[in-house]
Amino acid sequence: MMAEAGRHAVFIWSAYGITTVIAVALVLRAVLDHRAQRRALARLEAAGAAAPGQETGRV
Amino acid sequence: MLTRLANPATFMRVSGYALPVLAVAAALLGAYGLYLAFLASPADYQQGETVRIMYIHVPAAWLSLLFYSIMAVSALGTLVWRHPLADVSQRAAAPIGAAFTLVCLVTGSLWGKPMWGTYWVWDARLTSVLVLFLMYCGILTLWRALDDPGRAARAVAILTLVGAVNIPIVKFSVEWWSTLHQGASVFRVGGPLVDPAMLRPLFAMALAFTCFGTALHLAGMRTEILRRRVRRLTLLQAERLERAAA
Repeated sequence: MMAEAGRHAVFIWSAYGITTVIAVALVLRAVLDHRAQRRALARLEAAGAAAPGQETGRV
Repeated sequence: MLTRLANPATFMRVSGYALPVLAVAAALLGAYGLYLAFLASPADYQQGETVRIMYIHVPAAWLSLLFYSIMAVSALGTLVWRHPLADVSQRAAAPIGAAFTLVCLVTGSLWGKPMWGTYWVWDARLTSVLVLFLMYCGILTLWRALDDPGRAARAVAILTLVGAVNIPIVKFSVEWWSTLHQGASVFRVGGPLVDPAMLRPLFAMALAFTCFGTALHLAGMRTEILRRRVRRLTLLQAERLERAAA
């Protein structure tokens, strides 16, 4: 069906391609940011700033 | 239920279960939606194959408004109830909403060129969505500009509520003004104008986008809670070191 997209194929594929890039960027950002905060928290806990898992009830 | 969920420890536990479920649902619904969009739905009699851009453009547009609405409700939570999770929710929602608005603008532009003969016109719908995107960018910039999280939360909450005026303008712009952009064709009095064969992929993709956005929002909130814990512990550690040195 999409083989018939013809002269408009570039617009359709560009739209889906850009959406995919933005979606992947959102996921990567979420994963990397979460890992960075986990690492920072682990460093602080290792340095004795707080016991592991402590202070979970406050933001 | 909401009061219990508003406790950060409970939120972390519940969101820990919900996150993988939402991620899997988004992947499955996305795959099904793409199958319907590309293989099991017809081309439009007027727009031809370009109608397939609708299956990402419209859900992105819906979610750009939904995430701003979530931010506006969270802003009220920050200003009225001063609940810290409200600010966490708002902060996590902003980049996701901005991304969906960007997808909406770009895919709309790519749909506009073959259908209207132009990537952009300054009509009320397109301009109000661009204003929405600029509001998201302004909010994200304001957060980065203010060091004190409490002050930043209140300033951003006020800016968000001011910007919420734009939400009904985006929604009703196609009715209030004469626009090149078509009027409402799905949620309208008298029922959808879109053929059921095209509504199915549209709703499947809209559900996939909603699950994806919600999963990202929960993940963002969990990270924001961690970031604040890191900030607080860093300050505590600095105070402790200062006392020890004195």
